Amino acid sequence: MKLWRAAAKPPIDKLLVREKDNAAESELFFRRVLITLLAIFLALLSVSGRLVYLQVLNHDRFNLLSDSNRVRLLPLPPARGFIYDRNGVLLAENLTSYHLEVTPEQAKDLEAVLAGIRDRIALSDADIERFRKLARRTPPYNATPLRFQLTDEEIARLAIDMYRLPGVEIKADLTRRYPLKALGVHALGYVGRIDEDELRKLDPGQYSGSTHIGKTGVERFYEEMLHGRAGYEQVETNAEGRPLRVLSSTPPVSGKNIYLSLDMRLQAIAEDALEGHNGAIVAIDPRSGEVLALASQPTYDPNPFVNGIDFASYRKLNTSKDRPLLNRALRGVYPPGSTIKPMMALAGLEYGVVSRGSSVFCAGVYRLPGGGRKFHDWKRSGHGSVSMDRSLAQSCDVYYYDLALNLGIDRIHEFLGKFSMGRPTGVDLAGEKGALLPSRQWKRKIKKQDWYGGDTLSAGIGQGLFLATPMQLAHSTAIISQRGDNYQPRILHATQDTGAKAKTLAEPRKLPPVTLKNARFWDAVITGMIHVVEGGTAHKSRSPRYRIAGKTGTAQVFTLGQNERYNAKRLAKHLLDHALFIAFAPVDDPRIAVAVIAEHGGGGSATAAPLARKVMDAYLLDKYDSALIKGIEPAQDVLRNESE
Amino acid sequence: MNRNKFDWLLRLLHLDLLLVLGLAAVSGLGLVVLYSAGGQNWNLVAGQAMRLGLGFAIMFVLSQIPPSYFRFWSAWLYLAGTLLLLAVMVVGDISKGAQRWLDLGVLRFQPSEIMKLAVPMMMAWFFADKPLPPRLLHLLAGALITVIPFILIAEQPDLGTALVVGWAGAVALFLAGLSWIILFGLVALVVGVVPLFWTFVMHDYQRQRVLTFLNPESDPLGTGYHIIQSKIAIGSGGIYGKGWLNGTQSHLDFLPEGTTDFIFAAFSEEFGLVGGCILLSLYFLIIARCLYMATRAGDTYGRLLSGSLTLIFFMYAFVNSGMVCGLLPVVGLPLPLFSYGGTSLVTIMAGFGILMSIYSHRRTPVR
Repeated sequence: MKLWRAAAKPPIDKLLVREKDNAAESELFFRRVLITLLAIFLALLSVSGRLVYLQVLNHDRFNLLSDSNRVRLLPLPPARGFIYDRNGVLLAENLTSYHLEVTPEQAKDLEAVLAGIRDRIALSDADIERFRKLARRTPPYNATPLRFQLTDEEIARLAIDMYRLPGVEIKADLTRRYPLKALGVHALGYVGRIDEDELRKLDPGQYSGSTHIGKTGVERFYEEMLHGRAGYEQVETNAEGRPLRVLSSTPPVSGKNIYLSLDMRLQAIAEDALEGHNGAIVAIDPRSGEVLALASQPTYDPNPFVNGIDFASYRKLNTSKDRPLLNRALRGVYPPGSTIKPMMALAGLEYGVVSRGSSVFCAGVYRLPGGGRKFHDWKRSGHGSVSMDRSLAQSCDVYYYDLALNLGIDRIHEFLGKFSMGRPTGVDLAGEKGALLPSRQWKRKIKKQDWYGGDTLSAGIGQGLFLATPMQLAHSTAIISQRGDNYQPRILHATQDTGAKAKTLAEPRKLPPVTLKNARFWDAVITGMIHVVEGGTAHKSRSPRYRIAGKTGTAQVFTLGQNERYNAKRLAKHLLDHALFIAFAPVDDPRIAVAVIAEHGGGGSATAAPLARKVMDAYLLDKYDSALIKGIEPAQDVLRNESE
Repeated sequence: MNRNKFDWLLRLLHLDLLLVLGLAAVSGLGLVVLYSAGGQNWNLVAGQAMRLGLGFAIMFVLSQIPPSYFRFWSAWLYLAGTLLLLAVMVVGDISKGAQRWLDLGVLRFQPSEIMKLAVPMMMAWFFADKPLPPRLLHLLAGALITVIPFILIAEQPDLGTALVVGWAGAVALFLAGLSWIILFGLVALVVGVVPLFWTFVMHDYQRQRVLTFLNPESDPLGTGYHIIQSKIAIGSGGIYGKGWLNGTQSHLDFLPEGTTDFIFAAFSEEFGLVGGCILLSLYFLIIARCLYMATRAGDTYGRLLSGSLTLIFFMYAFVNSGMVCGLLPVVGLPLPLFSYGGTSLVTIMAGFGILMSIYSHRRTPVR
């Protein structure tokens, strides 16, 4: 009560002049100080109370937070998209597999733990070395993979002793599997473990949870689409790093499924046809550029590459003289030989150097004006008087020596360049080569030599410096078949979001067409190509059911001496000529364009043309050898959809 | 005999034994904690020790000056301080986004720091010859004396110092005998004005601080991070603490500002509830001793000035410890005698010097 007096007392002396009363003021001050002191005591007591709340009542929680004190982001890797052929036949899928992870920080005595694992399951020095390498790059509280592809037995053996192996965990993940094994591998490619070079270039946000990446083929080209987008989980962890609760989570977005333009039945036919040869067959739908078959022999099984192929097997593949790892369809560069003659004939017509009716006399040999080196025709006795039509049908070299010389290398270079000679076609596969369409500039720059007339003659029949890939030949054949309409070769047929039924078809990529002064030039050359098959060099491959336009080619592997003669029987296999054949069919409405190369196959007409015929028969007549296409037939509903 | 001689010596030096012991205890403990929180950096500790030495020296010098001098200079100091605040507004140096410093070529200083002493002195000077409890007119004059520097400093913007200055004036009014009716009326008014203040006066960063205070978890990576980590540090200390040099929060850099504004968290982590309570008790003892000294002052000027200065010290201790443990909003006030850094330390020690001067120069013991 006394405390309140100062305020309660009415200032009755307000009107009077109040004197200062030191004693009274001192007493007033003393009361106020007491109140203040009480308030201060309560204030500091409340802070103490807060300390009790934090340090006693919630000590365990804060202690935990302090010990672990890291809100960790756990990456959630997306599931990789599947790959199918155009008919929905599965080419690449994901299977659950188990691998072993070790978290160094939790292991405490890492060496003892590694030894403990080694006592229980097979663990190679390579595994341990790779583990150490990875562990050095990751923080010690992160798990690092040690062994992949655990068998059920290994899992069981580890599981019962898990408590003796701190920091060791068995994790499930998805591993890539290619059910058709070697079939189509050169188009499909494969995924493998991310290596150090790739790790440096990759976006760590997207790949921190991923272990694999596309290495070749479609798997590499469409890596981004197949991979999907990584998700994250924000977790609160305990002192040992074990997640206690998920704070927030962003789910990953699975990669898209991809449908290739390949028809695996046709692919099987093509690969089977090539069996026994080293070579390649590329088949394209000329109306859209879609790649129907992309065969390269020999092949290999991509499955061992997924989780790291063992050194011995890899060495065997890599050092084999047949080079199975080489994708010959995209990266094999061959002298195209006579297969370029249709393009040469078109160039002659376009530039007015020859006409459809004009003829050249072939005596089996051609000399550059002013003497010099002799250039032989493949037919030593000569073809006699040769028109354009016969020059194609009989593949007269002398006609094209003369034509090439009259055109000159510059015009040849310009014109054939329009048919994607000398540069990649841009097909959606990794690692395609541009090969070589020779030119003056190129020879001066690279070979430091002048261009000679003889070079022009060699180039005119696709020999000498001239090189092309099977993909380029197939593409140029497709352009001819469409009379100049040009579609970029493409292996992506459609994409599909995971879980969705609908497919998004890929649009054909139309390139600038090859236009000629007179559209009838096409007729002249295509007629010549028809006569190749109908009575010409490839007459044995004529089909009674549909009409083929083609061109054979026989590319020299080594140069004969001036007066030597080619004798297949006396030459070693690796010196035999390459056999080539390009064709499209049916001639009235071309639906398929094919390029075939059989290395050291001898003649194009004898070896290569029948292979192309097999592929075209299967595709155009829908006639597949049931033994070859077992297990890769289109699903019934796909066929029904197609027919609707 | 000895004891008498000792007392005589203290009287001669104008020092108060208990207060000096209390201050020395807190300062010494502060250096020990700083050594650990600063990552066992001797340079840090040496720098702080020198600053403390300077502070004690200033305290000693000021305690020798008779209070009449302070009284004489009170109004002039206040006037000069206010003018300097105005000068800062016009030509002040901007650092860290706030206009606080005045660059005099040789030295840069914050005029607002002067006002922490000038406002209590002015209030005491003003009420020294007025009859108490004060009349309404005098109350309004006193309020005006406080509000002018408050607004000038708040505009810089330096909310912490403005609150200190405002608080100093307010407690002077209260100690002068402000009527309870007016006091509660004012409290009611403040409650009504707060929403307006929120919308029109406060800067974004201040609003943000209040919002994060109400829910620090809402912005765990931004402004709330300080408080969350601070609470973790304190809470994980438990009753007895993790032990000196064993604080993980402060040593692993989870705790921001562990040597300055948040040193109390680093201290509580290592010394636990026991250490925290001891420190708070030390503060309480210092404050209680100061308030006792204030009541023994011979005149109104001495009483009000002593009381106001003491409560400034209390405000620092309470606001900082309350902020660090998540009880009060994040206001950038250091923990007195503990936090690393010098400006406010000098002011506070000067305040204790004035307090001792008033106490030791009193004419006769009243009771």
